[in-house]
Amino acid sequence: MNPDAILSFEEAMEKYDPVLGFEVHVELNTKTKMFSSAPNVFGDEPNTNVNEVDLGMPGVLPVVNKAAIESSIKIGLALNCKIAESCRFARKNYFYPDTPKNFQTSQYDEPIAYDGYLDIELSDGTVFRVEIERAHMEEDAGKLTHMGGATGRIQGADFSLVDYNRAGVPLVEIVTKPIEGAGSRAPELAKAYVAAVREIVKNLGVSDAKMERGNVRCDANVSLRPHGRERFGIRSETKNVNSLRAVEHAVRYEIQRHAAVLDSGEPVIQETRHWHEDTRTTTSGRAKSDADDYRYFPEPDLVPVVPSREWVEELRATLPEPPAARRKRLQADWGYSDLEFRDVVNAGVMDEIEETIAAGASASVARKWWMGEIVGRAKNADVDPGQLGVQPATIVELARMVEEGKINNKMASEVLDGVLAGEGSPAEIVEKRGLAVVSDDGPLLEAIDAALAAQPDVADKIRGGKVQAIGAIVGGVMKATRGQADAGRVRELILEKLGVTA
Amino acid sequence: MAAINRDDVAHLARLAHIEMSAQELDRMAGELAVIVDSVKSVGEAAGGDVPATSHPIPLTNVFREDVVGHTFTAEQALSGAPDSLDFRFKVPAILDEA
Repeated sequence: MNPDAILSFEEAMEKYDPVLGFEVHVELNTKTKMFSSAPNVFGDEPNTNVNEVDLGMPGVLPVVNKAAIESSIKIGLALNCKIAESCRFARKNYFYPDTPKNFQTSQYDEPIAYDGYLDIELSDGTVFRVEIERAHMEEDAGKLTHMGGATGRIQGADFSLVDYNRAGVPLVEIVTKPIEGAGSRAPELAKAYVAAVREIVKNLGVSDAKMERGNVRCDANVSLRPHGRERFGIRSETKNVNSLRAVEHAVRYEIQRHAAVLDSGEPVIQETRHWHEDTRTTTSGRAKSDADDYRYFPEPDLVPVVPSREWVEELRATLPEPPAARRKRLQADWGYSDLEFRDVVNAGVMDEIEETIAAGASASVARKWWMGEIVGRAKNADVDPGQLGVQPATIVELARMVEEGKINNKMASEVLDGVLAGEGSPAEIVEKRGLAVVSDDGPLLEAIDAALAAQPDVADKIRGGKVQAIGAIVGGVMKATRGQADAGRVRELILEKLGVTA
Repeated sequence: MAAINRDDVAHLARLAHIEMSAQELDRMAGELAVIVDSVKSVGEAAGGDVPATSHPIPLTNVFREDVVGHTFTAEQALSGAPDSLDFRFKVPAILDEA
């Protein structure tokens, strides 16, 4: 069969029942690494945030970062997990240049947190419970850049360059139990689940939680089974799906692809898939094989971690308000209706609105800008709204200029386009593009006279008390001034001219 | 006697990236079985009252405060590397993605 064949999502849903599973890796924002005192910093010069432990030199000993343990316990608690009375690290053995030690220090049979759950609210308010199997601690790997070849991908690469700055950065891997019963809402649930995890770790302050930087990374498992069958189908694991939109799309695509494979009568191959954002498809990685025989064994260089119940309770007491409670509070603070607030949450701009309000905007102004202007632009650009890079200060400045009557809403929208195009600050763009509301009444009065003369019957109506007819005159003036007039001022001047009080 | 056959040894050798001749595989299959049995005899020494452990010393919670310590410069980090480019380790392209 054609390996790229897919079924329509609707047909796939008619015939099959999807089962999902997620492994979400969260990079902790500790000052130092999991097992070494080298700094945990993103974006520095290659191979400068490393020492002998990160480079796996002979004879070195790892030492566990206490702050990373505390962050891991907090994550476990926030995911409603049990915290292990005792747990240990294990070596996961594999050969690949992203780890200089030829093993990754991880946890295997004794994760620090297990048996939790997360209640996920879908866009229509339905709550879906996702069971958490475990959350375990491990270290991140170095970053490989494949050089040569045409595509920048590993196929056809001549060699690879390795930067170990990321090697040893503390990770918590959160693994769900198989998620059944999501049906056609599986792609939406996938996105909502990853969004919820990201929100939790950000809220806990234990991770920078930026998906575009790889602070939160998702591997999505998908399998299908015929309706009514209990046994799971064979799954694929799509690696490194690194935006919320991509999670939704990848799950949707894999459901459609599996359905086509099953329809052809062939079995699904259990394999790793790679997600391609440009084509919104996955391609085959490698089949599960010997390479996945990691020969885990207890890490002899690290002693067990035994979190006392007192310590766990101390940490529990420091947990911030859970995101669901926070949402309730924010909605009340901002005075949004249920519908308005749900739209904000679904559009993924609640944090952005909070930041904008903190920067000085009113709740209604912040909502107007994010929902009315920025979300639409993000959709057109096919990115998450937060990724457009709109700064809260920009919105505050734009709103102030509108309020002061320097520009109108239409111009402000144009200025925002300028800011996004990198033309400078709002003030600079207003200046550069010659955008300013015509506030000198002289030209306005001329335009008003012309508009009144052009529609004498409307003028009579207004004089006769039908003030609502004024729109036609205001419209004429706005047209004559190519939208540069302040509509409110125009209205005042017309009423003044006609001797009518509104 | 633990059952470790030639295929088991070949599998382990492949995973460990150790090249072994047919002769070595045959010999190791026999020797490994003896080694595994020898290690297993430790289990007979411990009674039911001795809890399983992965560590010989009864230490737990050995932690480090989250304080930045020393680092290498990129030059130091790369000083033992067989090959490097742009302050990064240069390695052959490996087709099997991790």
